[in-house]
Amino acid sequence: MALNTEPNIARPDDFYQALIEAHAGLSEVQSAALNARLILLLANQVGDLETLKEAIAAAKAAG
Amino acid sequence: MPSTYKAPEYPYARPPELAAGGVARAQVAIVGAGPIGLAAAIDLALHGIDFILVDDNNTVSVGSRAICYAKRALEILDRLGCGDAVCARGIEWKVGKVFFRDELAYQFDLLPEPGHKRPAFVNLQQYHLEECMVARLAELGHGVRWKNKAVGIDARDDGVRVAVETPDGRYAIEADYVIAADGARSALRDLMGLEWKGQVFRDRFLIADVHMKGEFPTERWFWFDPPFHPGQSVLLHRQADDVWRIDFQLGWDADPEEEKKPERVIPRIRAMLGDDRPFELEWVSVYTFQCRRLDHFVHGRVLFAGDAAHQVSPFGARGANSGFQDTDNLGWKLSRVLRGESPSTLLASYDSERVEAADENLKNSTRATDFITPKSAVSRIFRDAVLALSRTHPFARRLVNSGRLSMPTTHRASPLSTPDHDSFAGAMVPGAPAADAPVQVDGHAGWLLDCLGGRFDLLLFDAEDDAAEALAAGLGDAVRVVRITSSGAVQGQLIDFEGHAEHRYDARPGTAYLLRPDQHVAARWRAPTVDGVRAALARAQGH
Repeated sequence: MALNTEPNIARPDDFYQALIEAHAGLSEVQSAALNARLILLLANQVGDLETLKEAIAAAKAAG
Repeated sequence: MPSTYKAPEYPYARPPELAAGGVARAQVAIVGAGPIGLAAAIDLALHGIDFILVDDNNTVSVGSRAICYAKRALEILDRLGCGDAVCARGIEWKVGKVFFRDELAYQFDLLPEPGHKRPAFVNLQQYHLEECMVARLAELGHGVRWKNKAVGIDARDDGVRVAVETPDGRYAIEADYVIAADGARSALRDLMGLEWKGQVFRDRFLIADVHMKGEFPTERWFWFDPPFHPGQSVLLHRQADDVWRIDFQLGWDADPEEEKKPERVIPRIRAMLGDDRPFELEWVSVYTFQCRRLDHFVHGRVLFAGDAAHQVSPFGARGANSGFQDTDNLGWKLSRVLRGESPSTLLASYDSERVEAADENLKNSTRATDFITPKSAVSRIFRDAVLALSRTHPFARRLVNSGRLSMPTTHRASPLSTPDHDSFAGAMVPGAPAADAPVQVDGHAGWLLDCLGGRFDLLLFDAEDDAAEALAAGLGDAVRVVRITSSGAVQGQLIDFEGHAEHRYDARPGTAYLLRPDQHVAARWRAPTVDGVRAALARAQGH
């Protein structure tokens, strides 16, 4: 399973708003912890190690 | 001082060579009579090799030290003839529980299936184990030269000379080969100036042996951030004689001398037990640890084994257990080379196979250590995220790493293995350690692994008599043919009465496995031929 970087989120603006709102009122430490839990949950949803490694590489390359 | 154990004082004997020119001669000199040196000595004794085993001390280990002996190590001890003594003395366990704060995060069962002689683990203080092994060596007519300290080594192309210091003066051992089993602080490694590379972890752990009548079950319990020791981890293990091992993570800034004092240790244990039951401290130590190994375990005629060759963190019980696998791998190879049955290049496979195993152990132990002692802020954030999720989300429990416990290495890329030509399912690939199974031997209940090892075996499943006889005749003394059947009782064959062997080896009528003297698979066939087995045998013997 290759990493899908084409548009795949049905309502992108709603997702983005939900993501930002989840962090409302959190300290930097709390936000970092929330992000970590979120990454782990999403990684489990993806499951495939090669796809996850592609995602890690894509994230690193864009920075 | 332990109240439950009195260490033996083994007698020092003045070496006869002190008078006679100062040189002792042996095929092999073994330096270090810890578990690994003793295992090497017992194995060589069983192979009829002449050796001298020296140790700088005259007793067993101080403190319990290595306590968890894994199934494969117990199987090796069985082959060496001390498995029963060790298992009778020790405590069996197979369930581990991991707690986060005050809740159970998850639990694992290391041996969920029946039909194995040995359990997943036996816990036993290292001093008991060493005593069993010294007794076994004596039974074979050999001793340890106690208070004989290796202080010099001269390794040449044609032999090795080890300088030895005793209370009565110095002498030398002239040997064809030396096994360096002198532990993590190996003197031989230093004397040879070998590089010892790896990672030091910035953390300290308090280790305490506590004698008490505990009501904890015989399980491995690991806590992250428990209420009685906030922010750190704690490990609890049961040993023999109602002695419990407790490990407290202290952090890098802890003062090791202060932390060892009973007035510091006792309140920690009291807080953990949460009541006022009586207990006695038997042994306390504060340690840091490293994950590192030698580049190579074979240096000419000097062969490194155990902690002298590789050092891992204690989380995963991969130290002594991998050391036993080192000597299991080395003993038969060295014996063949010394008898002139295999070229000395066979020893290169000890290096490649056990370096591969050490890397697997280092990888697992480093990963566990990174989880227990996160090295960066972000690593700690992810660790805590995993633990937080593990309470309610099962997937996260598989990410919790309090130590991935010792499993034997399958030498997949071994130069001694013959690649499969036939198709097989299951775990018994070339390079894998043979799986156990209950069998009937001459009408009595027994175990498959007890019928294998110490020499090359051809394990033949449900073969026609003609085919089995042709193989046995064609192979002669080079291989022992061991026949096994699952279809009722046949004279002279092992009876696989529950079908476990057939299943674990994915066997069909006529299937054959060639097994090395260390019980690892060398080759397998659906329809073996004399020529095929001979070729695989030659390869496994380094020809």
